[in-house]
Amino acid sequence: MSCEVPLLVADHVSRLYGSRIGCANVSFDLYDGEVVSVVGESGSGKSTLLSVLSGSTPATSGRIFYRMRDGNTRDLATLGEAERRLLMRTDWGFVRQDAAEGLRMGVSAGANVGERLIGAGERRYRRIRSEALDWMGRVEIDPMRIDESPQTFSGGMRQRLQIARNLVTRPRLVFMDEPTGGLDVSVQARLLDQIRSLVREFSLSVVIVTHDLAVARLLSDRMIVMRHGIAIESGLTDQVLEDPREPYTQLLVSSMLQV
Amino acid sequence: MSAPIATGYNFAYLDEQTKRMIRRAILKAIAIPGYQVPFASREMPMPYGWGTGGVQVTAAILGPDDILKVIDQGSDDTTNAVSIRRFFQKTAGVATTTHTSKATIIQTRHRIPEDAVKEGQTIVFQVPIPEPLRFLEPRETETRTMHALQEYGLMHVKLYEDIARHGHIATTYAYPVRVNGRYLMDPSPTPKFDNPKMDMSPALQLFGAGREKRIYAIPPYTSVVSLDFEDHPFERGAPDRPCALCGSTGVFLDEVVTDDKGARMFVCSDTDFCERALMRRTAPEEIA
Amino acid sequence: MYVAVKGGERAIDAAHRLLARARRGDRSLPPVESAQIVEQLTLAVDRVMVEGSLYDRELAATAIKQARGDLIEAIFLVRAYRTTLARFGYSDPVETREMKLARRISATFKDLPGGQVLGPTFDYTHRLIDFDTDEPGSDDASPDHAYKERAATPRVAELLADEGLIERPSDSIDGPPADITREAPTFPARRDARLQTLARADEGYLLSLGYSTQRGYGRSHPFVGEIRFGEVDIEFFAEEVGFAVPLGRIRLTECEMVNQFKGSGTAPPQFTTGYGLAFGQSERKAIAMALVDRALRAQELGEECVAPAQDQEFVLSHADNVQATGFVEHLKLPHYVDFQSELSLVRLLRAEFDAAQTTLAREAAE
Repeated sequence: MSCEVPLLVADHVSRLYGSRIGCANVSFDLYDGEVVSVVGESGSGKSTLLSVLSGSTPATSGRIFYRMRDGNTRDLATLGEAERRLLMRTDWGFVRQDAAEGLRMGVSAGANVGERLIGAGERRYRRIRSEALDWMGRVEIDPMRIDESPQTFSGGMRQRLQIARNLVTRPRLVFMDEPTGGLDVSVQARLLDQIRSLVREFSLSVVIVTHDLAVARLLSDRMIVMRHGIAIESGLTDQVLEDPREPYTQLLVSSMLQV
Repeated sequence: MSAPIATGYNFAYLDEQTKRMIRRAILKAIAIPGYQVPFASREMPMPYGWGTGGVQVTAAILGPDDILKVIDQGSDDTTNAVSIRRFFQKTAGVATTTHTSKATIIQTRHRIPEDAVKEGQTIVFQVPIPEPLRFLEPRETETRTMHALQEYGLMHVKLYEDIARHGHIATTYAYPVRVNGRYLMDPSPTPKFDNPKMDMSPALQLFGAGREKRIYAIPPYTSVVSLDFEDHPFERGAPDRPCALCGSTGVFLDEVVTDDKGARMFVCSDTDFCERALMRRTAPEEIA
Repeated sequence: MYVAVKGGERAIDAAHRLLARARRGDRSLPPVESAQIVEQLTLAVDRVMVEGSLYDRELAATAIKQARGDLIEAIFLVRAYRTTLARFGYSDPVETREMKLARRISATFKDLPGGQVLGPTFDYTHRLIDFDTDEPGSDDASPDHAYKERAATPRVAELLADEGLIERPSDSIDGPPADITREAPTFPARRDARLQTLARADEGYLLSLGYSTQRGYGRSHPFVGEIRFGEVDIEFFAEEVGFAVPLGRIRLTECEMVNQFKGSGTAPPQFTTGYGLAFGQSERKAIAMALVDRALRAQELGEECVAPAQDQEFVLSHADNVQATGFVEHLKLPHYVDFQSELSLVRLLRAEFDAAQTTLAREAAE
């Protein structure tokens, strides 16, 4: 079911640190089932943008709108702390580069997946258990390891567990911050493949930050190129990659093709 | 039987200003069942961790006509119970009793008496760590937010872990409860066996944590629900045998090692209850 | 036949009698008098006063005697007594610039207005046990010459402040100063509440935390701007008469630590300060307090907060030795009931484990 109203709208969003620019004047719309990638070098402001969009850092100026599950579009700045946190643990997901930050490392894999269900009010142990087993299977983690701590998991497994933990409440919007960063190339490829199929299966809307244009190409429909905190170019991913307008984007694209 | 009142100190040790401050905290606690009210806890002449919170609450509500019972681990005769009872005999000169039914105020550490309490009675609990989320989240700033937003999922994560590992919930005392459908509360380190006694109790239940500077309360006839899962309901864990002394069943038992070869017996933790049950059995007509 | 344990009251009475006997020790020796403790165990008295948060030398000495020399126990006695004292109000702030100095040293300037005053200190002694301290006539009979009247001596921080090289202490706090003895702590705690907590904090705890900042856990490049010890006047503004009434004099040790600061986006590079203040001659305490105070300002100054000494919830929540000793030692109290619950649980878990093992073994055998 498509909807004409965007799910997320960024309207001239800026974040300043004193006089230093984190990101400035970023605007874009995100529709249901759409994946937008934000690319750029480190320090380009893409992570700042992500943390502003997800509400963990307040914007200095500009507004962010989100269409809630009830169909009403709300200015995120007007949400109370309780509403924001509820959104964060039900309708949104956040996949962090370091899985240890996104997981609760002191409890089992099953509890990690179950926590968001519990947070959403589930009080049946068996249901939590079976959902956790189901999701471990979906992200190709041996369900026999449900009671093990993620401490014993490899980097790729932890990342897949983090994705399962986020998706178990069927969020509509997922933020991803370099989800494949720091993983071996072969592990990366497999993880990307899984992310792509999950995104399709649940028609997720995703904002993904990456420095890796190959990741952006594989996952995203549209692309935003950032430099010095400013969105210098945006468009359909294929278009931007095939015919980059800005010299900086051309440089990025050529360096990708050489590798 | 009360000893002469110590000179040089106010009635029940604390000055009236301090008592007023504590009473205000108690009133607020009663108005918001299960909510931990910060209060300016005073240094008391007994160490922190030995009941200073309970002692301050008792001192603030105690009147000359009150009859006080003090128990520790269910017993009136353990060292700390004796010490606290004497403290109030000395500083307030109030009457004391070991009989649950005769007391107007019962200060307790780790137990609720076996005899049913009634309207008009107050139970004062000594609390070491008032924050039920403390061992899951060490920061006060964060736990206060979690209470404010009723974000109590973490507690169920812990129970989930228990069941996943052991097949059942493995929390045996200080078992977390939800009070009046709102605040998550630590019932103090009483065994979970006593949790059901807190629910809809006709007595006022006050909790004092001196070192952590918190007071909280369960007003009479307030719902107190032990956390659980629908398919793994709370279990009280009643002992599977009668008391070896008085023969009572369905009461909490202490295990006593009787020789160096591992022989042991199980007897009532509530010594006053045990004694009277024994008397009732041997000389029933003497009991009113 | 077992009977329930009884006789708690008698056992406690007997324990109290034994304690009294142990406190007195060998009765062929004369008892120590509190006045002797006031005069000869001065530094122990100082510590009990500062951590007991009550300036009363005789009372502290009595507490030390009653506590058999256990200073934390003595501090506890003083604190409990303090609870029963009526509160008349707050004294006016003391002016340490006007201190009658017995000692004043700076580690940042070789010479400075007011000079370096060594005073009574262990600093330059050889730590050799003097086996003659009990011999008659070993006492130095030279007359007391401490607390000379000196002109007001400016503090080192004031000298640096003239050039703008050091932050000015901000005297603008919202509302009246905190009173940690009358309010439950809240976090984040303001600096006034933090300093009060540190002032009554356990000396050993502050010492270790301060030491940890020197070893790299929250490094702050400290210099002792100055440490001064002497007497100050205490005055109390009496509403009824409309002017400040002198209440007497107390001895204080004050430490101003000068710390490097690289500056931030909004503040130019300049020195910052850590502050320590304690009753009596308590130099170790004052210096350690200043180090920890500075460490706790990390967040306010935009520094990275990673070290234990910079974590205010951690530092402030565990600083009080009366709280700490009570809770640690409460483990001696009976925990029969909780332990009984755990005992039953472990038995149950073991039975379940054994049953599972047996089933496994049987299945393997089949």
